[in-house]
Amino acid sequence: MKEVDARGLSCPEPLMMTAEALKSAKGPIKVLVSEAHQRTNVEKFAKDRGKKATTTEKGSEFEIVIE
Amino acid sequence: MNLSDSKKKLALAGVVCGLVAACLAYFGNPANMAFCIACFVRDMAGSLGMHQAEVVQYARPEIIGLILGAFIISVATKEYRSTGGSSPMIRFVLGMIIMIGSLVFLGCPLRMVIRMSAGDLNAWVALIGFILGVSTGAFALKKGFSLGRAHETNKTSGAVLPAIMVGILILATCTTLLKASQAGPGSMHAPIIMSLIGGLIFGAFAQKSRMCFAGSIRDVVLMKNFDLLSVIVGLFVVMLIFNAATNRFVLGFNTPGIIAHSEHLWNILGMYAVGFAAVLAGGCPLRQLILAGQGSSDAAVTVLGLFFGAALCHNFGLAASGTAINAETKELVAGAVSTNGKVACIICIVVLFVIAFTNKRESAK
Repeated sequence: MKEVDARGLSCPEPLMMTAEALKSAKGPIKVLVSEAHQRTNVEKFAKDRGKKATTTEKGSEFEIVIE
Repeated sequence: MNLSDSKKKLALAGVVCGLVAACLAYFGNPANMAFCIACFVRDMAGSLGMHQAEVVQYARPEIIGLILGAFIISVATKEYRSTGGSSPMIRFVLGMIIMIGSLVFLGCPLRMVIRMSAGDLNAWVALIGFILGVSTGAFALKKGFSLGRAHETNKTSGAVLPAIMVGILILATCTTLLKASQAGPGSMHAPIIMSLIGGLIFGAFAQKSRMCFAGSIRDVVLMKNFDLLSVIVGLFVVMLIFNAATNRFVLGFNTPGIIAHSEHLWNILGMYAVGFAAVLAGGCPLRQLILAGQGSSDAAVTVLGLFFGAALCHNFGLAASGTAINAETKELVAGAVSTNGKVACIICIVVLFVIAFTNKRESAK
């Protein structure tokens, strides 16, 4: 699974990296972010594109699988 | 409660913040500043003696409230995270530039919207510059601009700025140490407790809604996403109604008393620098205060840059003057940008281009 490590990056870099990965990846992708607002942004971004986002909390960070 | 997942909720957050701003303007804040972040940080820098402009010195409880409001709500909802280390000195410079650009135009993006809602056409002209600046920043982002990753730091590090704010609040209310203007905009303010509560509410809603004036336009330019823009529209509509209802709506350019000038080129360039710098810093001045409240030391350094920039502006005459009526002759004196201000603004824009195209994301190098 393609992985996007956007931990610690400022807005809107996590979204831009997610968009880029979604364009090139065929299957599901995994996005790592560290802030709650980045998590919501990525989830919303996936939903807006008709994809399913599943988030798991990993310590103080978030792992979002988009498929 | 999540306020950022639908346009309606976002607009509602904008309406609440607009109501807070309108109330504070009604109860004593300078009407078209209402809740201007740049103006209020500048006033606070003055109260701490960082500059000696006697008409703009007052420890604004709104700024304290914003940071503490964001701090409290983020701790309560477990969103507080102490982080730092994403190019802090570049962020300091960006904070300085945001303040210099703001004081050439005379207001931060929030005040630009408030001035727009009061019919000040200068603010509509400045909006052009702001959009161009945000677009330039967005272009740099597309080219791979990044200030690098922030990392988790000791829990207390993120609480330093909120703690300093509590300290300033104590000094402002219990001692006579801090300076306070006897005349001019700095002397106009709502009662302290009201300003503080207003700031807390505004801060909490801004934290939950991720409200950002640069981000809203950036999202439109970059991703055709209009969600964040609905917050701004909500705030604009409330202030428009308030201004119309209290006879404060005056359509025109050279309106005395609202602390604005009509040098179009410099209104555009001032806000161009602000928009550009805010996108590179990851948020407008308001958003920087909120991020600093929720534990980001990087945003806190940007806020320190705002203070430093405010001191520079008033110590070296970079800030513009507003159109006013001469009290004795009753003549209209047009506001203007000083030569120093113009030179500083150009330098700021050059520095922004250097920052924007020399900092790349790891993978984009």
